[in-house]
Amino acid sequence: MKGVRICILILALFGVWILPVGCGGNSGSTTTSSTPTQTIVTSGTNVQTITVNGGPPSVPDYPQPNTAFTSVTICEHGSTSNCATIDYVMVDTGSPGLRLLSSALAGSSLSLQTETANDGNQIGECVQFSDTSYVWGPVKTVDVYLANGNEIAYSVPIHILGDSTFSTIPSTCETGSNLEEDDLNSLGANGILGIGSSQYDCSVGGTNSCASGSEPPTASYYECSILGCTSAFVSLSQQVQNPVALFSRDNNGVIIELPAVSGPTLSLTGSMVFGIGTQTNNALGSATQFSLDSNGYINTIFNGTVFSSYIDSGSNAYFFQDTIAQDNGWYTPSSTLTLSAIIGNNTDVSFSVGNADNMFNDYPTYAVFNTLAGYSNGYFGWGLPFFYGRNVYTSITPQGNGTYFAF
Amino acid sequence: MNINKGLIIMSMVIQKTIRCMILRILIVLIVNVVLLLPSTASASLGGDVTTVQADQVRMKGTLRKTPNNAYTVQEIKTSTGTLVREYLSPAGKIFAVVWNGPFLPDLRQLFGSYFEQFSQSVKNHKSKGPRIRGALMIREPGLVVQTGGHMRAYFGRAYIPELVPQGIHMEEIQ
Repeated sequence: MKGVRICILILALFGVWILPVGCGGNSGSTTTSSTPTQTIVTSGTNVQTITVNGGPPSVPDYPQPNTAFTSVTICEHGSTSNCATIDYVMVDTGSPGLRLLSSALAGSSLSLQTETANDGNQIGECVQFSDTSYVWGPVKTVDVYLANGNEIAYSVPIHILGDSTFSTIPSTCETGSNLEEDDLNSLGANGILGIGSSQYDCSVGGTNSCASGSEPPTASYYECSILGCTSAFVSLSQQVQNPVALFSRDNNGVIIELPAVSGPTLSLTGSMVFGIGTQTNNALGSATQFSLDSNGYINTIFNGTVFSSYIDSGSNAYFFQDTIAQDNGWYTPSSTLTLSAIIGNNTDVSFSVGNADNMFNDYPTYAVFNTLAGYSNGYFGWGLPFFYGRNVYTSITPQGNGTYFAF
Repeated sequence: MNINKGLIIMSMVIQKTIRCMILRILIVLIVNVVLLLPSTASASLGGDVTTVQADQVRMKGTLRKTPNNAYTVQEIKTSTGTLVREYLSPAGKIFAVVWNGPFLPDLRQLFGSYFEQFSQSVKNHKSKGPRIRGALMIREPGLVVQTGGHMRAYFGRAYIPELVPQGIHMEEIQ
């Protein structure tokens, strides 16, 4: 560990880190990157620091494993003084749109207007997550400042969670597991910075069923009046949006750049670089592109079976189907396994799966576990451990069609 | 007006009254059936074959039989593009439900009488940190629920182990 830190320190003295795989560590026993060398950009007007640090220390299950956090500055639209900087916002390449806890804004003097439909009704949103929990609250418009204020998205509809004026939750929002995550302890973050592959948060593969159709999706957008909230179509411009897509430049994608680790690590610092091929520091280079299908998936072949799969910084482990011993959904093999899979047609990726119980017991204060994995039936999820040691590109289009992952 | 003509008019009035009554009875019947629908016609985990058939009609699902006849699968595509499959055992019970698509299906409806157990399990599971982000694995006596994915690309399945027909590999239920 000490060797790794000294190595990073030396490399940090140069503006750009060039980290060979397994820098200072015994790389043979853990994740092997398919990328021979990795360059992590640390300076530039399109660069923002991200940290895998366990999240807010006050949350009962601190430190949260393999979750990347950053700070986001929002301002009242048009103002450069009525602003608030929110820390511990989770970096999620698996969703579009900025969501912030109302409680995280409580200390600020921000006065944000809730969006209204043509009929004057206020617009609210429910989002049910893949783990069946949900968040609920009004859609409000702000200006978003990232990369030390160098990247600005004006008039961004964002999702405010746990807003006291939206205290009545529609019953149709509670059709997941009825588990609400609108406060710090339940969400484990002050918000989610969704920088996924579409601009609009209802879009996937070119389809947006929240703007028009035969009937609005339940558990999505709502119009709210004193009579309550009912599911409603909402115009694209009023839907919650990926702030990156609204930048005036560097708006076509994001690169997550996190260094490799050789084993459990206290915390990890890296970069979120905006734009792909728009500046000298964000070229695609030799990275291989994998086009997303209409459902937002790429293929992964594992154990001879083709799985729909995704690369997602908001997932905190490798998730796949196997008969490895489990505890509470985590894989707990008796000794560390080295496995391999093929992404796309012929890109080999090798990864290691350790015993989650042992990791958590042996390193109770650590946040970075590069061999953490869990069960998933029928799909392959490449979560944050996949990002350690390789730069991962997620491209963005308005409706999420024609997008790709690259690494 | 002669007597015959009077009789004809009288009989027409009676016929009209009867038709009216029949229509009213029909309307009452239809209204009752519609009112009863939500409680009887929602197919759900552990439910029987009649609920699947009703659901097939109501949700315009297509019924697909597997070649080996070990079970029957009903596929329902919801208006938001999410695909729901219900697996019916030869004993006539829904032993598994599976979903994938851009929105979660209504799990309260899909899980039926198992929803409260599921909801409580999720709360217990999530408070048992370190938290899993991006997946959920509930394995309890009588109920298994596995979900995953990310926003607008969700998948999951739930099954009742004791209702799963013998010889079925759960890997094929997805």
